Amino acid sequence: MKKYDVIVVGSGHNGLTNAAFLGKAGLDVLVLEKNDYIGGATVSRNLHEDWKYSNCSYLASLFRPEIYRHLNLAKHGLQVVTYNGGFTVTDCGDYLGSYSDHEVMRREIRRHSPVDVDAYDRYYHQMAKWCRFIRPLLLRTPPDPTSFKFRDLDELRFLGKKFFELGQRDLYDFMKFFTVSVGEFLDEFFESDLIKAHKAGSAVVGTNLGAMSPGTAYVLLHHYMGDVDGAVGAWGFPRGGMGAMSGALAGAVREHGGEIRTSAGVDKISVKNGKVTGVILESGEEIKADRVVSNLDAKKTFLGLLDPKDAGEKVVKAAKRYKSRGSSGKLNFALNGVPEFTALPKGSELIKGDFHVVDNMEAYERGYDEWKEGKWSSHPYLDLLIPTLTDPTMAPPGKHYMTCFVQYCPARVEGKDWTPELLKQFGDNVINTIAKYAPNFKDLVEHVEIRSGQVIDNEIGLTEGNIFQGELSLNQLMFNRPFHGCAQYRGPVNGLYMSGSTTHPGGGVMGAPGANSAREILMDMNISTTVPEDEGDD
Amino acid sequence: MTKEQNKTYDVIIVGGGHNGLVCAGYLAKAGKNVVVLEAEKQVGGAATTAELSYGKKVSHCAHFLNQLNQKVSKDLNLSKHGLKLSASKLATIALSADGNHLHLTKDSATGGGISEEDATNYKQFMALMHDYAGTLGFLLDIPPMDVFNMDWDDKKAALKLGWKLRFGLGAEKMSELLRMIGMNIRDVLDDEFDNELLKGALAFDAVLGTHTGPYSAGNFLTFLYRLAGGNNGSVDIPEGGMGAVSSAMAAAAIANGTEIRTNARVKSIDVDNCAVTGVTLESGEVLIAPIVVSNAHLQTTVLDMVGARHFEADFVKRATDIRTRGAAAKMHIALKDVPEFNGLSKDDLKNRLVISPGQQELERAFNHIKYGEVSTEPMMEISIPSLVDASLAENGHVLSATVQYAPYNLKGGWTDQAKAAFLETCIDRLGQFAPNIRALIEHAELITPKDMEDEFGLVGGNWHHGELTLDQMLMLRPVPEASRYALPLDGMYICGAGAHPGGGVMGAAGRNAANAILKGDQ
Amino acid sequence: MFKATDENRSEHDTMHWKSAVKYSPFYNKIKQHDYVNMWHRWAEYTTPDMLEDPTIEYFAIRNSASIFDITPMSKYRIKGPDALHFMNRLLPRDMTKIRVGRVAYTAWCDDEGMVLDDGTVFRVAEDEYLLCAQERQMEILRRNAIGFDIEYSEVTDEIAAISFQGPCTCKILKNMGLQEVETMKMFDLRFFDFPGGEIMVSRTGYTGDLGYEIWVKNDQAEPLWDALYEAGKDYALRPIGGDALEIARIEAGLIAAKVDFSPANETVRPGHAKSPYELGLGWLVKLDKGVAFNGRRALIKEKENGSRYRFVKLDVEGNKPAENAYLFDRENGKTIGYVSSAAWAPTAKKNIALGFVDMPHGEVGDTVWAEIYYQKELKWNRVWAKCEVMGEPAWNPPRKTLTPPEDF
Repeated sequence: MKKYDVIVVGSGHNGLTNAAFLGKAGLDVLVLEKNDYIGGATVSRNLHEDWKYSNCSYLASLFRPEIYRHLNLAKHGLQVVTYNGGFTVTDCGDYLGSYSDHEVMRREIRRHSPVDVDAYDRYYHQMAKWCRFIRPLLLRTPPDPTSFKFRDLDELRFLGKKFFELGQRDLYDFMKFFTVSVGEFLDEFFESDLIKAHKAGSAVVGTNLGAMSPGTAYVLLHHYMGDVDGAVGAWGFPRGGMGAMSGALAGAVREHGGEIRTSAGVDKISVKNGKVTGVILESGEEIKADRVVSNLDAKKTFLGLLDPKDAGEKVVKAAKRYKSRGSSGKLNFALNGVPEFTALPKGSELIKGDFHVVDNMEAYERGYDEWKEGKWSSHPYLDLLIPTLTDPTMAPPGKHYMTCFVQYCPARVEGKDWTPELLKQFGDNVINTIAKYAPNFKDLVEHVEIRSGQVIDNEIGLTEGNIFQGELSLNQLMFNRPFHGCAQYRGPVNGLYMSGSTTHPGGGVMGAPGANSAREILMDMNISTTVPEDEGDD
Repeated sequence: MTKEQNKTYDVIIVGGGHNGLVCAGYLAKAGKNVVVLEAEKQVGGAATTAELSYGKKVSHCAHFLNQLNQKVSKDLNLSKHGLKLSASKLATIALSADGNHLHLTKDSATGGGISEEDATNYKQFMALMHDYAGTLGFLLDIPPMDVFNMDWDDKKAALKLGWKLRFGLGAEKMSELLRMIGMNIRDVLDDEFDNELLKGALAFDAVLGTHTGPYSAGNFLTFLYRLAGGNNGSVDIPEGGMGAVSSAMAAAAIANGTEIRTNARVKSIDVDNCAVTGVTLESGEVLIAPIVVSNAHLQTTVLDMVGARHFEADFVKRATDIRTRGAAAKMHIALKDVPEFNGLSKDDLKNRLVISPGQQELERAFNHIKYGEVSTEPMMEISIPSLVDASLAENGHVLSATVQYAPYNLKGGWTDQAKAAFLETCIDRLGQFAPNIRALIEHAELITPKDMEDEFGLVGGNWHHGELTLDQMLMLRPVPEASRYALPLDGMYICGAGAHPGGGVMGAAGRNAANAILKGDQ
Repeated sequence: MFKATDENRSEHDTMHWKSAVKYSPFYNKIKQHDYVNMWHRWAEYTTPDMLEDPTIEYFAIRNSASIFDITPMSKYRIKGPDALHFMNRLLPRDMTKIRVGRVAYTAWCDDEGMVLDDGTVFRVAEDEYLLCAQERQMEILRRNAIGFDIEYSEVTDEIAAISFQGPCTCKILKNMGLQEVETMKMFDLRFFDFPGGEIMVSRTGYTGDLGYEIWVKNDQAEPLWDALYEAGKDYALRPIGGDALEIARIEAGLIAAKVDFSPANETVRPGHAKSPYELGLGWLVKLDKGVAFNGRRALIKEKENGSRYRFVKLDVEGNKPAENAYLFDRENGKTIGYVSSAAWAPTAKKNIALGFVDMPHGEVGDTVWAEIYYQKELKWNRVWAKCEVMGEPAWNPPRKTLTPPEDF
């Protein structure tokens, strides 16, 4: 029977990134996917007639350009297209538009508050500062602060140097920024509720915290780290939906001789004498390899794939304590036309961008309060995007695909499993919310797919449907992601690695965890690395 | 008045709160000519004893002594100056509606239907927490490190911290601390325990006096903080109420030669040529000193006393950005007799009683203040000090409770009706555990966060002079430029709870400030 | 909360998503002289690079009279009992010395002593100032206003302004009927009668020459233009674009925000902001004025410990503009700085540059070297040019300050 150098469990974008880099280094790699399609949460699913749904993730600008380039993804068919526009509507009856032109954006803000205009510039520069600080850390392995190894000490020194480089004022501002709530952070800049509501969305997306909860300001940054062609904070999506991303990554895997098997769910990672020997599929088939990379989250890996005996008590305890609560839902719509938002002026093209519906700043927090009680938000925050206004490939001509991200939605409803009736009620509440702002919306809906965290968990294995493969809270970042001892992409057994968003630097379609993990594996094998480091901006 | 007639001092301390008195005590002990100016008729600020009704006295704001800095107590010899404890090492009793209460001491948990496993875990958990508190505790006694310009003391402190973390705790516990340090208390407790009553009571400690609920990230650290000050987390009651602590501190200061002036409200702190010159009292009297120390909130100091124009703008902005929302009200009740609590003996009532039956309930109580509402089912920390100190009530008893949550900015404002309504809510809540309480009430009153601001100058009603959260701790407290007690104005210092290490009747801020002044930091 | 309604939205505000550009009240007048249609955006407005030929336009500044529309500059009104205290805390200059009817050129800093912007401050009354800046200052004013009894507002769109520069400008203003305008000293500010209400005239400018800036209400803009044209018809008056002005300001050794320095509040990279000392503006900073002005403590430290950079005005050998050049201590030597602005000075007939060198380089009279890249017929060439650090701007004529000015 064939023995592989490396088996990657799970064909999410990070698993594929990992496999592609390993293949590129000359290793014999097999990727195993339990579903009959690849991509994990990076997919374009054909679920209704000629529509393609990016039915989990729907944006790609966090994806590291270094990976894009070094894996030649363009050659494999990936085209990340930027879009402009976007807006937020709240119950104030007005809207706040997003414009790529700085002066137009300023004028838009001035409409709502004459003093917030300049504050917006200050805000932007502050964010740019933090992004610039944090981005070089994405394609690096975090140090272990308790270790005395040269590498860890050296990495700590690097971090220290970066901190000091910020200077006293900015370092202290950053420390504060890192721990406050997004509401408080925005309060220091803005007075307009609409502007704050517009900005706060990014800080709660996928996060089981409210806009007034400490720690959410950082999540904001996590969503600003992306860039498209050097435009930091710009957003884009792959032409053809997110499936084009995983398709291109799979192309890169195959180009370098890697194999990908679908409908091949892994049951167990087999371990002998403290060393990984391969995997056993759900079918009972055994495949041998010296190294196994789990692209699943820490809970699924250490509490599911690995025998508790092999994982060890400490790791099992840590994995149980690892937090991966689901707080969001997703709706995918096939539409007959474009919804008309009453707040928008006639002829506005803002709807081409991603737009947000939230009743007001307080609604975030009230929605979170409901989530804490196991209910979905009755007045949710919605992040919506109609990619077909920019990308003609995802729906029949004249028709549209709309993605709708819903915050907050519990993984289980008041402790009970989701049922089709509950999904329908949840979906109806979202549709009514949209219709409140775009009265023609209901008539446009041709088909809708409603996904709760539990549905997503069952389908693609993100625990509770947490989009980041584990919460992005201070206790689960850097050397604490997923937890101390396993934060350098290595599992507790020899030959076991992790490559998912459950590791540093965390979620979003970024590819960095997969790449970093490949670098670590190659380092252990003494093979010169094929994985790029941050290419920097100056 | 001409300059020659104005009295001259080495140091003027504005505000006779406990930190001001401690600061004065240390400075005077070092030979400085110090005056403390207190606006009210008695010193003590929020640590005072007040008359509730005829013959009955209560600790006005703070009511337990659990963080009094041991160095302060020793250096200023507070026991010699009259500080006595009427009770110490009080247990915490977490009240349960069914009368099966949970008794907690430093290392044991009994009752409340607690499982053996939880009881064992509690012991281990508290030992670990005391370990952590012990590791970090020394940071309370020194000024926050100035990481960009480390002096010798800072370098020593940094090494000490590193050593304590890595070798004192060991890699395992250190990494666990690094994981937990930013967490919310709820996740920490859910990881450890099953018993809701236990979790509720411990979570209450983490949120007490803060504007957070159990789900708010960062309050694990406030939990540790409570254990770090004072005598290993022992909860004590001073004889004569909290005013006795202030009196002892004042006596110590006076014994060292400090002049204390009450009814001396400061109108302004005076500045000439970018340096402090002294203060002007409301009476018009001018006092001269090259050093002025403010025991007041930084916002009050900067905006009202010194004036924003004597500081650079970014500093002023940062000072106004300090979050300083109070979330707790104080309830005082004069009782005809000892109240009966279901399932508690009279002896049990001497302890610290906590109403916080579970984390979810606590979080729900917190939800309200985010929107400017009061909790419908408030949580409480209750003390009946007259059971251990008969001097507080000639007849009958007094009960004090810290009630959470009550917002500072109540929607519609703290009108008399709003206050009365919330007082009723609180008494009802108490009645759930002590059914006969209503019949025993002679007099009841409520001090809202707004009252705390008006009466004690606690801006926003926050008794820490600024919320104790990660982003407002150590070198970020109260703002980076003032974290070493010296403000960016020659001769101007702060010594109040707004400075590191924060509030609680601790005295550490006053001590650290005095040290900074003596060292000549600026 | 401010809520936009149909009443309080101006038409421009609601339609702004259709056009990103505002037009100055002088736009139609300028357009009549525009042969080449070369405009670029200046904040929200559009402004001409040139109207016909930058060299010809430049000589209007130095030879006769030029009109440049400065309406797009950011303008703010600060008013209230604490106005003086406010300005004195905001600015490093001693503002108690700036009387009513005077203008002060100044820079201002953040708490770290790094320059946010430079501009002019007009004391129009005991308790009222106008602040005229290149960059936006609203957020800075907001954070500075905490604790002061003042009101502040942006008046950029309410005040139309032109810069009227050149040796004949005083004569033209006299012709226009501005009584005793010739007695105005440099940085004086006066109000004159004009149809539609008083107009404000200051003897200020950005050319290093005799000149005035005239501030009017929007509806006075076109009448003012006509009046200037009428009064100046015998004096070769002409409107100019930004390219001509750029040459003049470099020749005069004046710095520009976002060209020669990056405003500190917009600077993202550590160490890229500059202090007034490093910008050659140390003369503005009155450390001993007894006020805790923004940046004071940092600037005291800098004064003690020394600055990182020195601003230099360079006389560059040869005739190739040293644009974007690195500066070296000697030919092929160590990099010690860079050029931020460079031009051929048509009046001084010098090849000049403004730039920054690391301390302690760049004292007056020192020699540094520039490595200049220039293109001829698409081919790039490189030369080494010796540069001398000048003590004076390349052009600094007596008529700039002479009062009363001569007629031409």
